[in-house]
Amino acid sequence: MTALDMIRALAAQGAQMFLVLLAAPLLTGLVRWVKARLQRRRGPSVIQPYRDLLRLLRKEAVLPETASWLFRVAPYVIFSATWVATALVPTFATGLLFSWSGDLIAIVALLGTARFLQALAALDVGTSFGGLGSSREVMIASLAEPALLMLVFTVALIAGTTQLSAIAEHLQFEQVGLRVSLALALIGFIIVAIAENARIPVDNPATHLELTMVHEAMLLEYSGRYLALIEWAAAQKLLMYASLIACIFFPWGLAPAGSGLAHYAVGVAAWLAKMAVAGCALALFETVTAKMRLFRVPGFLGIALMLGLLGTLLLFVSRGL
Amino acid sequence: MCDVRGDANYLPMTVTIVLACSAALLLLGMAAAIGGRTSRATPPVYGGTAAICLLVCAAALAGGDGALVLPIGLPWLGAHVRIDRLAGVFLTLVNLGGAGAALYAIGYGRHEHAPQRVLPFFPAFIAAMNLVVIADDAYTFLWAWELMSLASWALVMADHRSAGNRRAGIVYLIMATFSALTLLLAFGVLAASHGSYAFADMRLGPLPAWRAGLVLSLALIGAGSKAGLMPLHAWLPLAHPAAPSHASALMSGVMTKVAVYAFIRIVFDLLGPATWWWSVPVLIAGGTAAALGVLYALMEHDLKRLLAYHTVENIGIIFIGLGLALAFGANGLRGGAALALTAAVFHAFNHMLFKSVLFFGAGAVLTATGERDMGHLGGLIHRMPKTALAFLVACAAISALPPLNGFVSEWLTFQAILLHPDLPQWGLKIAVPADGALLALAAALAAACFVKAFGICFLGRPRTTQAAQAREVDRFSLAAMFVFAAICLLAGVFPGAVIDWMAPVAQALTGAHMPTQIDRAWLAIAPVDEARGSYDGLLIFLFTGVAAMIAAALVHRLGSHAVRRARLWDCGYPDLGPTSQYSAAGFAQPIRRVFGPLVFRSSETVTMPPPGDRAPARIDKHMHDLAWEYLYQPVCDALLMVADVLNQLQFLTIRRYLSFVFLALVGLLLALTLWQ
Repeated sequence: MTALDMIRALAAQGAQMFLVLLAAPLLTGLVRWVKARLQRRRGPSVIQPYRDLLRLLRKEAVLPETASWLFRVAPYVIFSATWVATALVPTFATGLLFSWSGDLIAIVALLGTARFLQALAALDVGTSFGGLGSSREVMIASLAEPALLMLVFTVALIAGTTQLSAIAEHLQFEQVGLRVSLALALIGFIIVAIAENARIPVDNPATHLELTMVHEAMLLEYSGRYLALIEWAAAQKLLMYASLIACIFFPWGLAPAGSGLAHYAVGVAAWLAKMAVAGCALALFETVTAKMRLFRVPGFLGIALMLGLLGTLLLFVSRGL
Repeated sequence: MCDVRGDANYLPMTVTIVLACSAALLLLGMAAAIGGRTSRATPPVYGGTAAICLLVCAAALAGGDGALVLPIGLPWLGAHVRIDRLAGVFLTLVNLGGAGAALYAIGYGRHEHAPQRVLPFFPAFIAAMNLVVIADDAYTFLWAWELMSLASWALVMADHRSAGNRRAGIVYLIMATFSALTLLLAFGVLAASHGSYAFADMRLGPLPAWRAGLVLSLALIGAGSKAGLMPLHAWLPLAHPAAPSHASALMSGVMTKVAVYAFIRIVFDLLGPATWWWSVPVLIAGGTAAALGVLYALMEHDLKRLLAYHTVENIGIIFIGLGLALAFGANGLRGGAALALTAAVFHAFNHMLFKSVLFFGAGAVLTATGERDMGHLGGLIHRMPKTALAFLVACAAISALPPLNGFVSEWLTFQAILLHPDLPQWGLKIAVPADGALLALAAALAAACFVKAFGICFLGRPRTTQAAQAREVDRFSLAAMFVFAAICLLAGVFPGAVIDWMAPVAQALTGAHMPTQIDRAWLAIAPVDEARGSYDGLLIFLFTGVAAMIAAALVHRLGSHAVRRARLWDCGYPDLGPTSQYSAAGFAQPIRRVFGPLVFRSSETVTMPPPGDRAPARIDKHMHDLAWEYLYQPVCDALLMVADVLNQLQFLTIRRYLSFVFLALVGLLLALTLWQ
C-alpha cells in the first residue's frame, strides 16, 4: 500500500467516524419532527437536537452531592464506546481501513460496555428512580442481548463470517436469494432495535416523569455537558441500529473497498435516503403503537430470541433439502 | 501428546524446581503449624508462599518439559511426575493465582483471629494443587487431589464457631469425597486394560466404547462436582464464602481450574480419540451451569455467595468450550477443536484473574465494614476508592465487556460455536446453537449481576453506619487487586500473545493449533482466518480512548466548565434517606419475575390488611432451590432412613451378633463354592 492509498483509506475511515457523529442528532430530530406532523403538531425543526446539545454543553453542570467520580467519568465512556460501535458499522462503504478491528459480536459487546456504565451511573447517586431505571434496563438488556446474538448467528451463518463489512458485501453481491431466515432475522433485528433504543412500545423516549420510564429514569440526575454526551450517545445508538439493519438487509449502494470518490458519494446519498426512510418508518410505528406494560416486554423480546433460533435452525433445513 | 521422558541420569530442570517448591510449601505449612500461633507469623508465611509461587510460575513459563519417577508411594509403581505443555499452562495459572492470594493475605491475614487455623493449610493447599497438575500416575494424582481437598476443607473450617461454616464443612467434605471416589473409579476403568496406574500406560490402550463412555461420565461427575457443574455445585456457595477471602479466591479462582485440568487430562489426553456423542453431556452440563449459575447468583444478596454462584456460570462457559472441542475433534475438524479448547483454557485463565480480584475485593469490604450482606453496604466508592476501581475493572471483565479479557475468551467460544454447520450430526447441529443461546443469555445476565454487585455495594449512599465509616484497606491487598486487574486489561488488549502461549496445548491435545496471532497486523486476533471474523483488542481500546479524548476536548472547547454541587433532585420527590434506594433483592426483582417461575418456582404473595386496619401490607416471596429439593434432599432422606433402620443393629444381644457372624460365614462360603 502506498502512502497515498494509506492517506485515502484513513480519510475514508475518518469521514465515516465523523459522519455518524454529526448525522446522529439529525436522525433523532427527523423522527421527532415526523412524529409531531403525524400527530398534527407543528413540531420543532429537525435541527433542534443540535441546538439542544449545544445549549446543554454550555450550561453549568449540577452534580448531586452524593455523586462519585464514576458519575462524571461514565458519560465519556458511554459516549466513546457508542461512537466506536457506531463507526464500526458500514454506512456508505464496506471494507474501510479498520472495519475488521471489531466484528458484529464486538459491536454488540461495546454497546454492552456503554450500558453497563449507564446502569452503574444511575445507581451511583442513590435515588429510588435511579435504581428503578437501572434494574429495568438490565432486565431488558438481559433479554435483548441474547436475542441480538442469536440474530447475529443467523446472519453470520448465511454469510460465513461475523465481520460486518464482509456480511454486507456478501449480501450485496452474492446470490443469496430470498431466504426465510433473513426475513425472520429482519423482524428480530427491528424488535431488538426498538427495545435497545428505548422506543415505544418498550419505553417512551419523550417521558420525563412517569413510573414506567426506564432509560430516562437513569438520566434524571444528569445535567449540562454530561447530559449532552449521554443524549448524543443515545442518538448515535439509534443511528447505529438503523445503519446496521440497512447494511445487512438493504445493502444497496454501498461502495466497495477502495473505490473512488464518485462511488462514495453514491454511497453517502443512498445511506442518507435509507436513514430518512428508517426515521419515517420509526415515527409512523411509534405513532400507531401504544406502550406496553413492563412485564410484557419479556414476551416481546422473546419473539426476537425465538426468531433468531428459528432462523438458525431453518438454515439447516433449507441447506439439507 | 508429546511423550517426553528424561533418561535415568538426566534430572529435568522444571520438574525438579516444581517438586522442590511444592516440598518447600509443605514445609512452610508445617513450620506455620508449629510457630504460627500469633499474627506475627503471617507476613513471613504468606511472603514465603508468594515468593515460592512466583518461582514456580517463572519456571513453568520458561518451559521445559520433563518427567521423573520418585521412589515413594506404591512400591511397584513409584511416584511419576511429568510436565507437558498442558501442565505448564495450568502450573502458571495455579501459581499466579497462589502468588496473588498470598500477596493479598500479607495484609488481609493480619485480621485473622486464629492464624494457626489458616497459616499451615494455605501453603499446603497450593502445594497440593501443584502436585495434582504434575502427577503422572493415578495414585499420585489422587493422593494430591485428596490433600488438596483436605487442605481446603481445613481452610473452610477456619472459623469453626459459626454453625453455617460447620455445615459448609460437612457438605464440602461429603462432596469432595464423592468427587475423589468417582475419579478413583474412572482411573480404575482406565487402568484395567493394561493393569497399570501410570498415565503413560493408560494412554496406550484403546478402550472398548462402553468403557470409554463410562470413564467420560465418571470424569464429568468427579471433576464436574469439584469444579461446580450443576447440579453438583451445592457445596460451592456454602464453602467458598465460609473460608477466609484469600482462601475463597484460591478455591474459586484456582481449585476449580485444577478440576477443569483433571477433566482435560482424563478425557483429552488419557482417553484417546473422542466419539461425537461424548460432547453431548458436556455441552448440556456446560450450558445449564452457565445459564442457571448466573440466575442463582442474581438472586443472592450475600456478596461472597453471589461470587461463588458466579463461578458455576464461568465453569459452565469453560465446559461449553470443552464440549465443542470434543465435538469438533471427534469429527476430525481439528481447527475447530483447537479453537474451542483454546477458548476454554483462555477462559479458565481469565476466570482465575477476575474472580480472584472479586474475592479480594469482597474480603476488603468485609475487613472494612464487617459485612457480607449487600443490604448493609453502599457508597463504598467514596470511602474505598482504590478497592472500588479494581473491583469495577474485574466486574467489567467478568461481564465480558471489551476491551477486557473476559470478552476475548467468550468471543472465541462464540466463534467456535459459529463453526457448528461443519458438524455432520443433526443432534449437534441443534445442540450447539442452543448452547450458544444459553451462553449469550449467561453473558447478558452476568452483566446484570455485576451491575447489581458493584452498584449495591459500592455506589449509592451508605445503608448502615459500618458502611459509612469504612476505611480503605492496606497496601498489600490493594497491590494484589491492582496487579490482577492490570493483567485482566493486558490479556484483553494483547490476546494474541495469550493464544500463542496456549498453542502448544491445543497442538498436543487436538492435533492442531490456532493460527499464530502475534505477527498479524495491529495485533488483531482471528480464530480461523481474517475473513471469518477478527477482533483487535488493542485497536478497540485505543479507539475508545481516543474517542473519549475527542469528547473531552470537544467539551473543553465548546462547553462550560462550571460545576455546582447540589442536593439530589430525584424528580422533585422529598428525599426519604438511604433506605429508599433499591435493595439487592429489589434490583433483581424484574429478572426474578421473568425467569423465576421457571427456574425457582418463585411466587409472590401480597397480604393486604383489611380496610380500616393500619397495619402495613406485606409482600412475601417464595423461592425453591430445585437442586436441593429434588436431588440432595431425597438422597439425604434415603440415607437417614437406612441409617435409622440399621441403627437397631447397635442394640442387639450377643446371641444375635454371634448368629449374624455365623450367617455371614455361611454366606461367604456359599458364594465361594458357587463361584468356583
